[in-house]
Amino acid sequence: MAVPSYAGPVERTWYYLYRLMCAAIFIFLIAPILVVIPLSFNAEPYFTFTPEMLSFDPKGYSLRWYADIINNDQWIHSIKNSFLIGIASTVVATTLGTLAALGLSRSELPAKRLIMAVLISPMIVPLIISAAAMFFFYSAPFGTSFALTQTYTGVILAHAALGTPFVVITVTATLVGFDKNLIRASNSLGADSVTTFFRVIMPLILPGVISGGLFAFVTSFDEVVVVLFMAGFEQRTIPRQMWAGIREQISPTILAVATLLICLSTILLATIELLRRRNERLRGVTY
Amino acid sequence: MAQMTETADRILTTADGTPLKQALARATRRNKIRAFILVAPLLAFVLVSFIIPIVDMLARSVDNPEVQAAIPETVALLKDWDGTGLPPEPVFAALAKELSDKSKRSEIGRMGARLNYEDSGFRSLLNKSQRRADKVTSGPYKEGMIAIDADWGKTSVWKTIQLTAPSTTFSYYLNALDRTYDENGNIVMQPEWKQIYVHLFVKTIYVSLGVRIACLLLSYPIAYLLATLPASKGNLLLILVLLPFWTSLLVRTTSWIVLLQTNGVINDTLVWIGIINDANRIEMIYNMTGTIIAMTHILMPFMVLPLYSVMKTISPNYMRAARSLGANPLVAFVRVYMPQTIPGVGAGSILVFILAIGYYITPALVGGQDGQLISNFIAYHMQKSLNWGLAAALGAILLAGVLALYWLYDRIVGVDNMKLG
Repeated sequence: MAVPSYAGPVERTWYYLYRLMCAAIFIFLIAPILVVIPLSFNAEPYFTFTPEMLSFDPKGYSLRWYADIINNDQWIHSIKNSFLIGIASTVVATTLGTLAALGLSRSELPAKRLIMAVLISPMIVPLIISAAAMFFFYSAPFGTSFALTQTYTGVILAHAALGTPFVVITVTATLVGFDKNLIRASNSLGADSVTTFFRVIMPLILPGVISGGLFAFVTSFDEVVVVLFMAGFEQRTIPRQMWAGIREQISPTILAVATLLICLSTILLATIELLRRRNERLRGVTY
Repeated sequence: MAQMTETADRILTTADGTPLKQALARATRRNKIRAFILVAPLLAFVLVSFIIPIVDMLARSVDNPEVQAAIPETVALLKDWDGTGLPPEPVFAALAKELSDKSKRSEIGRMGARLNYEDSGFRSLLNKSQRRADKVTSGPYKEGMIAIDADWGKTSVWKTIQLTAPSTTFSYYLNALDRTYDENGNIVMQPEWKQIYVHLFVKTIYVSLGVRIACLLLSYPIAYLLATLPASKGNLLLILVLLPFWTSLLVRTTSWIVLLQTNGVINDTLVWIGIINDANRIEMIYNMTGTIIAMTHILMPFMVLPLYSVMKTISPNYMRAARSLGANPLVAFVRVYMPQTIPGVGAGSILVFILAIGYYITPALVGGQDGQLISNFIAYHMQKSLNWGLAAALGAILLAGVLALYWLYDRIVGVDNMKLG
């Protein structure tokens, strides 16, 4: 979209103004994320650039906040928790979600709209309401004294429920371009439905399943409201620890953790992007 | 067809001799069941782990067992009281007996907490009466109870107990709408100093609308740029939108604290440039400004992406046609291009509004005193004041609003068209 050769001076000025405006908006989007990274190497316990940092004096920089994460049992514990809870809930959400998406993509399924509405409801209901409701219910499910609050099982189940809509939506979208004749071909060649699933369907929808799984993982990995309500001290995750850090004992260690999380999200973004392109290529949509 | 079925030998059959119609019906049924079996595990999981808790919470917002559980006999006798003067002697006798029952201590404590929502003072009245009720062992009980606390001689106290006795109540909802029952059971406004929730709901709606408009104003230009640039450049810039989208919410909130604090990066820069002096640093965080800035940043990708996906499908030929027919660029853009982006604007707006209206984390961390929204009060009643009935009622009202908006979203965009990433 270059300036057309017939553009007058007003249009030209507007064109550059518009580009400038867009640049400013992009800076608004990305700057808050980038600013954290250099600050996490601050040698002083401040949340802002010190004169030493601005003059690029090596003395102004240090890795002490990263060392702080490694030497702090609470942070290490919360990192382990985040991965444990994230992976466990992703496995539950992805397995159930993929099966359901396969069912939903069949035209024979009765009451499809209603089922879809129920399945994606965890995504629509505001988190604070989900968290409150789950806290009430999990502390005494069906009136029994078998409390799931303050247990790993409880947090994992809650996070799995929150993650399933993303898997259902992503995998269903992948299945839209799925050629049903491949299943018929496989069946006619003598494969039973389990073999067909693992040898024919699964390899083709795998990118969708993986990106759905990543969405579910990020949902759990980034989730703090349910953890605030349901988890005990033992189940503290990274976001919960950051929450405590921001509210109680503010220190640049949080910035170091934030930097690590930004690296992680960059990797996740790249993975999703590659999978999406592969999926579109398979469907014949090319750039 | 009718002719065919008349003669038995001409009915179409499958290889094993079953009529084709029957075989088809059976196959269809089997397919239906198969499809359902695939969906069933997740459906059951979501129902048990999510839908039932929500329904359970909704039930809690009208559930009112406390008074009934603590003093059942008194409540039963109080039913026949006409509400004038004081209840008859047997009611006082039952109350004295039930309050002195040591095994019901915790029930009476809960009843005190419940009645305190209606009228503060009940908790201390009940605590005091519970300690001394065992001294009132013989009549006249009325005088005995009034001797413990003169409040027992007030008609309004008894009326409140009578009104709060039924096992379901709307009083939490009334409370959530700044209303309450007066002593005659009429719905009246709360005293002025207790009216916070209607104002809070209105404030939450205004903030969500504000965030929505800010998101739209900021997203429209860049979505247009992304959609009109060549794909390779556009995809590169799209990463600048997607990276914030994938970055942890708490990281982004932390970043805004770092930037906006009084000793933060922006204030430091402004002081260094000399626009403001060191004493007059701008308060940009821990107030409404901070909430709106951070929420706009966090929710912007939800506006950019739907806009982008709609704009991507609009052919540039329409604009060219408008220009060639003599429209100046502005007219062409407003009259030809913008109307075509309405679906994207609608989808993004509703999505951002839905997300904003239930936002909790960001206002809680950067909102300070006046940046708190309805979600923060739900959390407050869940965790601090422990008025769970009120938390549930506030949640139910919020949920109703969100579901209505969602229904609208479904009408405009269709849930099936929801795209991620």
